[in-house]
Amino acid sequence: MSGVNYRYLEVDLSRCSYRVVELPRRVLRDYLGGRGLGTYILWRELGREWGDVDPLSPRNVLVMATGPLTGYFPGGSKLIVTGKSPLSNGVVGSAVSTDLSVELKACGYDALVIKGASKDPTYLLITDEGIEFRDASKLWGLGGTELIKSLSRELVDLGIYSLPMVYIGPAGESLVRVAAVMSKLTHAAGYGGYGAVMGSKKLKAVIAKSRKPLPKVANSSKVKELWYRVIESVAKKVSEFRMWGTSPAVWRVGAVTSSEPVMNWREEWHDRRELSHNVLSSFWVRKVWSDWSCPIGCMKLCRVVINGETYLTDGPDYELGAYLGPNLGIFNPEELAALSGLIDDLGLCGIQVGNTLGLVLELLSEGVLTKDEVGVDVSWGDFRGVKELIELMVRRVGFGRLMGEGTYRLAKEVSRVKGRDVMKYAVQVKGIGVGAHGVRSGKDYPQPIAYAASVQGGDHTSVAGLPLKSRNSEAWRVLIDSLGICMFVAYQVSDEELINYLNAVTGWFVSTDEVYEVIAPRVLAIQRVLLLIGGPDVRWDPRVDDDNPPRFYEPLPTGPYRGSKVDREEVRKALREYYYSIGWDEYGIPTEETLRKLGLNELIPIANELRKGLSTT
Amino acid sequence: MPERPWILRDYSLCSGCGLCEIACSLRHEGTFWREASRVRVIELFPGVTIPYMCVQCPDYPCVKSCPTGALKVREDLGAVVVDEGLCTLCGKCVNACPGKVPKVVKGKSSVIICDLCGGDPECVKVCELVGFKALKLTKHPGEAVKSYLVSPEVITKYYLRSWGVDS
Repeated sequence: MSGVNYRYLEVDLSRCSYRVVELPRRVLRDYLGGRGLGTYILWRELGREWGDVDPLSPRNVLVMATGPLTGYFPGGSKLIVTGKSPLSNGVVGSAVSTDLSVELKACGYDALVIKGASKDPTYLLITDEGIEFRDASKLWGLGGTELIKSLSRELVDLGIYSLPMVYIGPAGESLVRVAAVMSKLTHAAGYGGYGAVMGSKKLKAVIAKSRKPLPKVANSSKVKELWYRVIESVAKKVSEFRMWGTSPAVWRVGAVTSSEPVMNWREEWHDRRELSHNVLSSFWVRKVWSDWSCPIGCMKLCRVVINGETYLTDGPDYELGAYLGPNLGIFNPEELAALSGLIDDLGLCGIQVGNTLGLVLELLSEGVLTKDEVGVDVSWGDFRGVKELIELMVRRVGFGRLMGEGTYRLAKEVSRVKGRDVMKYAVQVKGIGVGAHGVRSGKDYPQPIAYAASVQGGDHTSVAGLPLKSRNSEAWRVLIDSLGICMFVAYQVSDEELINYLNAVTGWFVSTDEVYEVIAPRVLAIQRVLLLIGGPDVRWDPRVDDDNPPRFYEPLPTGPYRGSKVDREEVRKALREYYYSIGWDEYGIPTEETLRKLGLNELIPIANELRKGLSTT
Repeated sequence: MPERPWILRDYSLCSGCGLCEIACSLRHEGTFWREASRVRVIELFPGVTIPYMCVQCPDYPCVKSCPTGALKVREDLGAVVVDEGLCTLCGKCVNACPGKVPKVVKGKSSVIICDLCGGDPECVKVCELVGFKALKLTKHPGEAVKSYLVSPEVITKYYLRSWGVDS
């Protein structure tokens, strides 16, 4: 047992029971951990009934997984949350920094698997002694700030002086599909909508604390040497990133690469320098803030006060800065920071909520919806109105009920009710609002098939691309999220160094080729099949849904890349090439040969069924 | 090495990364063992990060409280060292410490207290290496060290008040 525990903790909230499940050695060797392990567990638990499982029902299984490098690698405090996503109806690997992952692993578990649903609000306390189901009725309804203050007092009484926990805010409680699993006030496992899954299970928070060491590593002198080497080399390379985090991108991705969402992606360019990090940093009360074991420290604790209300947030970092600012027509830096703080406190995914609000504002401005129907008099750039929309969404009152369904389901319903197709305004791929990196200018990192081919739809942290054996590939994203480490630290380290590190920790002798050719494609194949099964309320047709949002085919109307757009034929061609190189057929379904090669024989009948279904319609 | 070295801690520079905790446990225990680190990074509210460890009080109440003589002062360093064979884990030193710093950890046969790594502390080195520089090696400031033993709860409370998130 080196570097991992080969077992996980399974909790049944319906029965307030738990058990420890041993993992065969080859499972972790084949799936690594994190996203890979979560995908494996979900397939084992729900595979055959996948299409019938309502993601917000007690039948859904929520997995919080550590990776083999969790705790050992600098920047290795990611917890990867998976389950059947209430947005994509597939599996989304959603990563969040929290020392819960390190503590869970020290407690002796590689993952926490949560089944059933509690009758009353509860939170879990996991220690070396076992697990307690604690009453959360007094915590239910609390936002991040008040919840942390309250739980922190309880933790100090237990001799715990850190915040090893994830939780949901009011958004998750009210089953808003764009709710996140939160950590440390400003961190979110946002993609996937797993905050709503926690809410459906009446699970307010999960806390873990161990007094034991992490499992011994295979080669301790080597790991120690590598640990120091990574810290030294990363620290040398990240001086600017450490100073500013991702905040500079709020201006730069608009002004320079022209790939930032502006007013629901009508434009991707702006040159509003009041959104520069030189302004945003004036709000920072902590300029140097790391998650546990992180040698970068890109987090910035930001505080603004508007109308007597205090808002705390991170940065705003790029994604929230873009989505709650320019995407809503908001160019006032204080208002943007306040919205970021508001959605953090409510426990929303800033990307998804900004995406959905952008759609609502556009539907209002196009006259598809009226202010009476929405219940708020609001237009682009209106901070107060946007705030009201967010509150409606979280309370799920009136139109808020529909907004809480997220972009795809909202647009479908409006199309149905209005008898006109508004899907062209929905900037999403397979239920997931696209991250704040456009593809039209061709100057940002995502390729034209980045979202169309991704098994996590619009997730900008899981973009697909070619060549398959490179960091452009979704395989690399699978690797990072399966190891349990931060993408930004991983950017500074070569694949060989990462794999070398993995082997020193685990003693597994994994090769880089094996990661790109077998391990990651195996995870992607399962994710792809489950995504295409989908259901029960949504099913994707790859011939239609493996595509960019319609907006990306409109020419950019402004900026240095005015006129630039994505070419449909080019996308079709690149998709075919992508499917072919990863071993998927013309529908993007893994072929029998591929599944056999990956050791996924059990998936063959399901894949054949999907294929048959598509070829006859 | 300065005469009577001391670890100066600057809360405002501490990122909360906790690499010091890992470096400490690697040095003393040879494992990744956060709980057995002699330095701990306390974070009771996000962003309020407090590196917390022994300050080497000039009057050494912990040493005085030890009924078995397990705690001694290393004269050249001023560091408290624990004789593992004599420590009974009675916990008297923890209660005597004005900052409740010594730790009794399950799996350890004696109490753990910062020994300044013989004058070249790993926590300071890694903090320097990573570039946060929240921990620095300096000369022992005498009586002033006790002002570093404000309880983390009190420090956190005043941070939250100044941020307007607590009354």
